Amino acid sequence: MMDLSPLWTTFKISLAATVFVFVTGLLLAWGVTNLKRGRALIDAVLSLPLVLPPTVMGFLILISVGANSAVGKFLDAFGMKLVFTWQGAAVAAAVVSFPVMYRGIRGALEQVDPTVIQAGRTLGLSEFKILRKVIFPMAAPGILASVVLSFARCLGEFGATLMVAGNIPGKTQTMSVAVYTAMQGGDRELAYKWVAIIVAYSLIILVGLNCLPSLRRSRR
Amino acid sequence: MKILKVDIRKKCGDFMLISKFETSSERFALLGASGSGKSMTLKCIAGIEKPDEGFIAIGDRVLFDSSAKINIPCRERKVGYLFQDYALFPHMTAFDNINLICHDPERTKALLRRFNIENCASLRPAKMSGGQCQRTALARMLASDPEVILLDEPFSALDNYMHTIIEREIMDILSGFDGPSVLVSHDRNEVYRMCGMIGVMDNGSVIDVQDKEGFFEHPATVVSARLTGCKNITALTDEGFASDWGIQLELPSGCHAKFAGYRAHFFEQVGEDQKGEPNVFEVKVERVIEDTFSRVICFRQKGNTSESPDSLLTYITGKDTDACDVKFLKVDPSRLILLER
Repeated sequence: MMDLSPLWTTFKISLAATVFVFVTGLLLAWGVTNLKRGRALIDAVLSLPLVLPPTVMGFLILISVGANSAVGKFLDAFGMKLVFTWQGAAVAAAVVSFPVMYRGIRGALEQVDPTVIQAGRTLGLSEFKILRKVIFPMAAPGILASVVLSFARCLGEFGATLMVAGNIPGKTQTMSVAVYTAMQGGDRELAYKWVAIIVAYSLIILVGLNCLPSLRRSRR
Repeated sequence: MKILKVDIRKKCGDFMLISKFETSSERFALLGASGSGKSMTLKCIAGIEKPDEGFIAIGDRVLFDSSAKINIPCRERKVGYLFQDYALFPHMTAFDNINLICHDPERTKALLRRFNIENCASLRPAKMSGGQCQRTALARMLASDPEVILLDEPFSALDNYMHTIIEREIMDILSGFDGPSVLVSHDRNEVYRMCGMIGVMDNGSVIDVQDKEGFFEHPATVVSARLTGCKNITALTDEGFASDWGIQLELPSGCHAKFAGYRAHFFEQVGEDQKGEPNVFEVKVERVIEDTFSRVICFRQKGNTSESPDSLLTYITGKDTDACDVKFLKVDPSRLILLER
């Protein structure tokens, strides 16, 4: 029986990263949508992880949260560390999947018809109520799709995870790293199995994603 | 009855909005071509757009005053705004659209009843017809208890039949409404039917404010004359020669008008004996257009080589007139619209 721990590790890392990225992505997307100037620059900075090589991302993460960094020292005071832990891998996954979430949510928010928002204002609704009752419900399908896509993106993360969290079986070894390890160790059979699992896992997520629009249509 | 006072200026790129008018007890219309600044004016009143400087007030309630740094937020202005495309909340049913505003299911039901849309209560806007959407938007606007009602081309998305019905419904609402209302439109007939006072907007400025009878009989400018539907307009020389039309006109003595307009159905057919006299066209028919209940004859003065679009005149006549028989057309000088600018 093969060791399925990489599946659970991947799932755990993806889940933690997605929750974190959902909150930050939503807030930043909302902030940038309402920004009057400096939008192009901030948007570019937030989208950087999309284009930077995974090694560069891993390097930057190591510098900013490693044992000698301010964050590392702060966490160390509580007996926590990110390097070579699944939490570190979650940070790597979060950074890499952030642009997917952020850009998706921003797109969903920008698609909300501005005249509908203006109508809400002329009708006396408060900004918070417009956000809660109008903007979020109208953007919900797009936001949900971004959540699914960025969860799926976590699965594909390899380079930065390897640099930050290493390859510790049962602890930080994710599925994508497991394929690499199996190939390195000459265990083709195991590699095949992991590839099959990853393809199936991805297909399930993407089929679920494609079911979202029909869900939205039936609600209308 | 409260009075809406507007006196604002706003620069948008090359476009300068200079909007100044007051509504009296009568319903007010802003008439103008698209891009003339009508909607921008409404948006400034509603607080969707912010003017660069100026003053907006309803009665003694100041909504905007740049010198006193007052800018009441949109949601506190109590300005009902009916959007061109209704701007309903697409994810909510008609009932929820209204109830979100008044938080009173009984009142929402009463509004749905009043607008005869109870059967749409549980439908989302995508499933409703244009007329039903428009009524829902009206009901929702009234649910917010506005002090002013602004209507932004409210019929542009409706077919002819629905236009007539909704127009009457809106008039019923407005006559029961104790506050100023402003209609934005490019349709002179709609404006004439619905409003008492008319302000003409051209290129960002309100250039002519009159009551509707005066406006249609004595438009003050070429732009207003065109908006009243006057199809034939010419520049005048000091000697009374219509330079675009290419004929001599007999103007009242002491007239210094720079332009003259003549309505297309006021021409009179005359015989050849009047050829060459003032006020008479020797007609060269350029084309004939069949309209629903009339025949439109486009003609020019024979021998007039002017390239100006105004050199081509329009004569609207009954279906029984044969264009070949139209040889000479006479202008009745007392029916000329004389314009200073």
